Amino acid sequence: MAKSPEVEHPNKAFGWAARDTSGLLSPFNFSRRATGEKDVTFKVLYCGICHSDLHMVKNEWGMSTYPIIPGHEIVGVVTEVGSGVQKFKVGDKVGVGCMVGACHSCDNCTNHLENYCPKMILTYGAKYYDGTTTYGGYSDTMVSDEHFVIRIPDNLPLDAGAPLLCAGITVYSPLRFYGLDKPGMHVGVVGLGGLGHVAVKFAKAMGVKVTVISTSPNKKKEALEHLGADSFLVSKDQDQMQAAQGTLDGIIDTVSAQHPLMPLLGLLKTQGKLVMVGAPEKPLELPVFPLLMGRKLVGGSGIGGMKETQEMIDFAAKHNITSDIEVIPIDYVNTAMERLVKADVRYRFVIDIGNTLKSSS
Amino acid sequence: MAKSPEEEHPQKAFGWAAKDSSGLLSPFHFSRRETGDGDVTIKILYCGVCHSDLHNVKNEWGFTMYPVVPGHEIVGTVTKTGKNVKKFKVGDRVGVGVLVDSCKRCESCQQDLENYCPQMILTYNSYSQDGTKTYGGYSDIVVVDEHYVLRFPENLPPAAGAPLLCAGITVYSPMKYYGMTEPGKHLGVAGLGGLGHVAVKIGKAFGLKVTVISTSPKKEEEAVNRLGADSFLVSSDPAKMKAAINTMDYIIDTVSAVHPLAPLISLLKLNGKLITVGLPEKPLELPIFPLVLGRKLVGGSDVGGIKETQEMLDFCAKHGITADIELIKMGDINTAMERLAKSDVKYRFVIDVANSLSQ
Repeated sequence: MAKSPEVEHPNKAFGWAARDTSGLLSPFNFSRRATGEKDVTFKVLYCGICHSDLHMVKNEWGMSTYPIIPGHEIVGVVTEVGSGVQKFKVGDKVGVGCMVGACHSCDNCTNHLENYCPKMILTYGAKYYDGTTTYGGYSDTMVSDEHFVIRIPDNLPLDAGAPLLCAGITVYSPLRFYGLDKPGMHVGVVGLGGLGHVAVKFAKAMGVKVTVISTSPNKKKEALEHLGADSFLVSKDQDQMQAAQGTLDGIIDTVSAQHPLMPLLGLLKTQGKLVMVGAPEKPLELPVFPLLMGRKLVGGSGIGGMKETQEMIDFAAKHNITSDIEVIPIDYVNTAMERLVKADVRYRFVIDIGNTLKSSS
Repeated sequence: MAKSPEEEHPQKAFGWAAKDSSGLLSPFHFSRRETGDGDVTIKILYCGVCHSDLHNVKNEWGFTMYPVVPGHEIVGTVTKTGKNVKKFKVGDRVGVGVLVDSCKRCESCQQDLENYCPQMILTYNSYSQDGTKTYGGYSDIVVVDEHYVLRFPENLPPAAGAPLLCAGITVYSPMKYYGMTEPGKHLGVAGLGGLGHVAVKIGKAFGLKVTVISTSPKKEEEAVNRLGADSFLVSSDPAKMKAAINTMDYIIDTVSAVHPLAPLISLLKLNGKLITVGLPEKPLELPIFPLVLGRKLVGGSDVGGIKETQEMLDFCAKHGITADIELIKMGDINTAMERLAKSDVKYRFVIDVANSLSQ
C-alpha cells in the first residue's frame, strides 16, 4: 500500500496544497526525500505564483492529481548537498524552475533541451524516478538533483528574481531561438502580464525596439514610462493597428485566451515571426494568405533547458532585470489566486515563504 | 474612354480567356505593348496549367478581373529584344513565371525577393505600371521586362520543364529558406499533385528521405515506385498516423483544400517545420499547444524571386528534374480544367500553345 505523503520520505516538510478542483489551498504536511548523492536541499525563501499554478490547482488542463503543491519559481538558500554534488555548497543562493528530472540520454537532453525530453519530470504534480509525486515550491524545503538547480547571482534580489525561473526563461528562450534579439530589430509583445512585462525588459536589454500590444488602453502609461517600451498599440483600435502594419520583425504573444491571429500577422514585416508562448486551449484560426504572401511564420516555445535558464538568470543579473512583484504572505494565497484570474496584479505575486510559511505542528 | 483589349497596345495578340465566373475559356483577341528598351518579346511554345489558373478563372479568391487570360508557367523563344537588353538575344529559349514586374527599389526587391514586393505585378490579372491589365501565357506572345525573364536551360525539355516556373519554385524556395535541405533528414510532402510530385523529386535530389502524406491509398505505388518517395502515409488511417508521430524534420503542405493541421503537426519532431504553400479559401485551424510543447512552427511561402527561380531551373536541369505532364491542345483547356478540379491529372496539364493555338 502506498505510503501517505507525510511518511513516504524521511524528512518532514510543510506546505500548502490544493485538494480538489476548487483549487483552494490549505496547510499540508508531507515529506521530502533524504539528500541523495547528487541532490541539493535548500530552505525555500520565496516562490512566484505562475498562472500555470492556477491552471493546475483547478485541473484546467485535465492532468492534475490531488493533493497538489504548486510552485515552480522557487528560490532559497542551500542547507545540505549530497557527496557527489560539485556545483553548489551550503549557503549558496539557488533556484529551481519548472523541471526536476529528465532522462539525460536522449538527443534533447544531450543538446541541453531537457524541457523537450519525453521523460522530463515537472517540479510538481508529476511522478519522480522513485514513483513518488513531486511537490512544488509553496513549501518550506526543496530537494533537487543539482542538474536542475540554478545559481542565483549575488546581485539579483531573491524575491523579484524568483519569477524569472519560469516567466523569464519562457520569453528569453524564444527571443534567442527565433533570432528576435538583434539590436535595432522591432519586436511586439502581446499581453502585459507576468510573461509580457518580463519580455519587454529582456528585449530592451537586447537592444530591441519594443511595442506592447494590449486590449487595455490603461496599461499604456505603465508600459512606456515604467517598463521602457517604445510604443503601445491598443489591439482593438483599427486605426492604430492599420498604421502599424508591416512594422514588426517579430511578436512574442503571451496571451493564453482565445484571440485572433490575423491582426497580429498583419503587424509583421515580410519574413516576420509570430511566436506563441501562451497556450490557448482551443485551436486558433490561421489565415493562410497573409502567411504565404509575406513568408511569415507562427512558431511556439515552452520554457527552456537548464543551460539556457542559467544563461538567462546571469543575463538578468547583468542587466538588472527582475520581475515586478507583489510580495504576499502564504495565507493570502487563495485571494491572490482569485485576483490572478482577473489579471489583477502588477505583474507577479511572490509568496514570502521564509517569513510566513510556518508549520502548525 | 478606356481602349478595348484589342486596341490598347500596338502588337496584336491572341489567346484564350475566361469572361465570367463560369470559368469557361474561349478565343480572345487582345494586344501586347511595344517591345520597350528593356523588354523581351517571346513567342510562347508551352504553358503549364496551374491550379491557381483554375481558382482565378472561377473567381474563387474573389479578385479576378474579367476577361482573364491565365497562365504563368510559360516557355518560349525570344523574337525581339529592346535596345538595352543584355541577357538575351533573338532565338534564346526562355521562361516566364508568376511575376513580370516589381518596384525594384524596396528592401524585398533589393534582396532578390521581388515576389514579396508590395508592388509586385503578376503575370496575369494584375495592373501594369501603365494602367493596363496583364494577360498570361494561354496566348501566342508575351512582352516582359528582361529582369523577370528566365534563361531556360538547354537540356531541360521545354514542355515538361514549364511547370517548374510556378510549381517548381513554389516548393524549392521554402525548402531552401527554411533549411529543409540537410541530407538524411526526413521530409513529408502532403498532397501529391502538381506541387507535391515536384517536391518529392526535389527533396530526393537534396538527399532527403521523403514520405508522401496523402488521403488516397491508390497513389502509393506511383509515389514509391515511380516518383522515388521512400514511404507513403495514408493520412486518413489513424493507426498509421499514430505510428509516424514525431518522425519528420519538415513537411511541405501542398494541399489547397481546407484540411486539419493538427495531425500533420504531430508528425513533426522537436523544432519541426510545417510549411504551407497551398492557398485554401478559408483559414485553417491551428492548435497552439503542440507548437509550444515541441517548439514547432508553421510558415508560409509564395513562389520565389527571379534569382532563385533561375537557380531552381539550373538545379533541376542538373538533376534531370521535370514535371510529369499531360500535353493538351488549347481547344481542350475546358475539359482539362474540369479534370483538374477533380485532381484527375498526373500531375500537370501543359498546353502545346505553338502547335494548337490557332485563330
